[in-house]
Amino acid sequence: MAALRIEQLATKLIGPISVDIAAGECLAVMGQSGAGKSLLLRAIVDLDPNTGNVVVGGRTREAMPANEWRKLVALVPAESGWWADRVGDHFPAGSDATQLIGRLGLAGSMEWEVGRLSTGERQRLSFARALCRKPQALLVDEPTASLDDHATGLVEDLIRGCCGEGMAVLLVTHDRRQAERMAKRVLRMSDGRINVP
Amino acid sequence: MTSYIPLTYGDLLLASMFLTMNALFSILLSLRLERQLIVSALRMVTQLFVVGLVLKTVFSLSSPWLTLLVAAVMVTFAGREIWARQHRRLSGVWGIGLGGGSMLFAGTVVTVFALTTQIQPTPWWSPQFALPLFGMILGNTMTGVSLGLDTLHTALHSERAAIEARLLLGSTRWQAVSPAHQRALRSGFTPIINSMAATGVVSLPGMMTGQILSGVDPQEAVKYQILITLLIGGATGLGVLAATFASVWRLTDNRERLRLDRLAAVKR
Repeated sequence: MAALRIEQLATKLIGPISVDIAAGECLAVMGQSGAGKSLLLRAIVDLDPNTGNVVVGGRTREAMPANEWRKLVALVPAESGWWADRVGDHFPAGSDATQLIGRLGLAGSMEWEVGRLSTGERQRLSFARALCRKPQALLVDEPTASLDDHATGLVEDLIRGCCGEGMAVLLVTHDRRQAERMAKRVLRMSDGRINVP
Repeated sequence: MTSYIPLTYGDLLLASMFLTMNALFSILLSLRLERQLIVSALRMVTQLFVVGLVLKTVFSLSSPWLTLLVAAVMVTFAGREIWARQHRRLSGVWGIGLGGGSMLFAGTVVTVFALTTQIQPTPWWSPQFALPLFGMILGNTMTGVSLGLDTLHTALHSERAAIEARLLLGSTRWQAVSPAHQRALRSGFTPIINSMAATGVVSLPGMMTGQILSGVDPQEAVKYQILITLLIGGATGLGVLAATFASVWRLTDNRERLRLDRLAAVKR
């Protein structure tokens, strides 16, 4: 069980933003393109230079190396990158991602070639490779943008499962109905700031 | 052994005949290369005459400070040339400074080593030996460094998503950029590897040919050429390693981020 606390987080383009997400809660953030939603997620995982503080499960970001922090707080970007030809090479050695991949409807995909994956398959596999590292908080950027209804249902079930395990989840989506389905709280973002309801 | 045969200015003029023919062909075939051909040939002639005069003065004065000044000018031009050959460059003073600094490091280490342990002129910094040696090492190392940096910067830019994906999954910056860095190192090392493999079979190096033409025993010329080629190979490796490691350090930060904002925007 780990809560995510964001305190006065700011970059050149967004913030300052402060928001708390309880352990097991899914918080949705909506807003027009260019509002700064993806930049907020990048700032939380320290991928862009920023000021402010982020705490997960009582552990402060600045008190640990960035690569250790990103193992605790996982970001699944809208378009993930791939660095090897085989899907299985993107998963940590010795990790058992088989069950996770099966739950996403991609059983047997560890031997597939990355170059032959569809956009939707890439999106689901990037989800799996982030979750198999067992993070304490999950940030997802438009996780179902390229998926059909069936695959969307699988991903949404997985996110609900993460919340059930006590993870704090921050979901960025353009889909208002998805935000309402998944989150009790929906925040709107514009011009780099969270609009207080 | 034949002795040195001096050339007259008429000989040089005669040698330019074929280049003039090329310019005429360019006009006849509407290639529009005649102007570039003539300008670059005139530049080459002027630059070499000027450098000849400068070297003659520097050799006769034999001052360590003047030798150092000429070496510094050479490094600055090399840094400028490395900067100009890159499609994507580091922004600000880093653009010229990093390439120039790597050349200064690699060129100085290797040249001073060769002067003090193998060639051993008196004094060891004698401009007649130090400057041509430094120049040859810089000229060849420059190609490797500029290729290495160009490959690195292009790869970091085009593979940003893959590099950031690795960072997001907990890799350090050195782990995440490792494939791009290795490609840059291979690219920087390739010209000297190819050149060494072809030397003596496909091509006869200019320095050795020059020595033989001026009457030096071919076996002695070969020994000098081997020494120079080994030094160039070593300096290229050191220069490429220094430049690419320094550039990766500059284009990432200690919070394990990729900092492509430190690359200058590409002008179209």
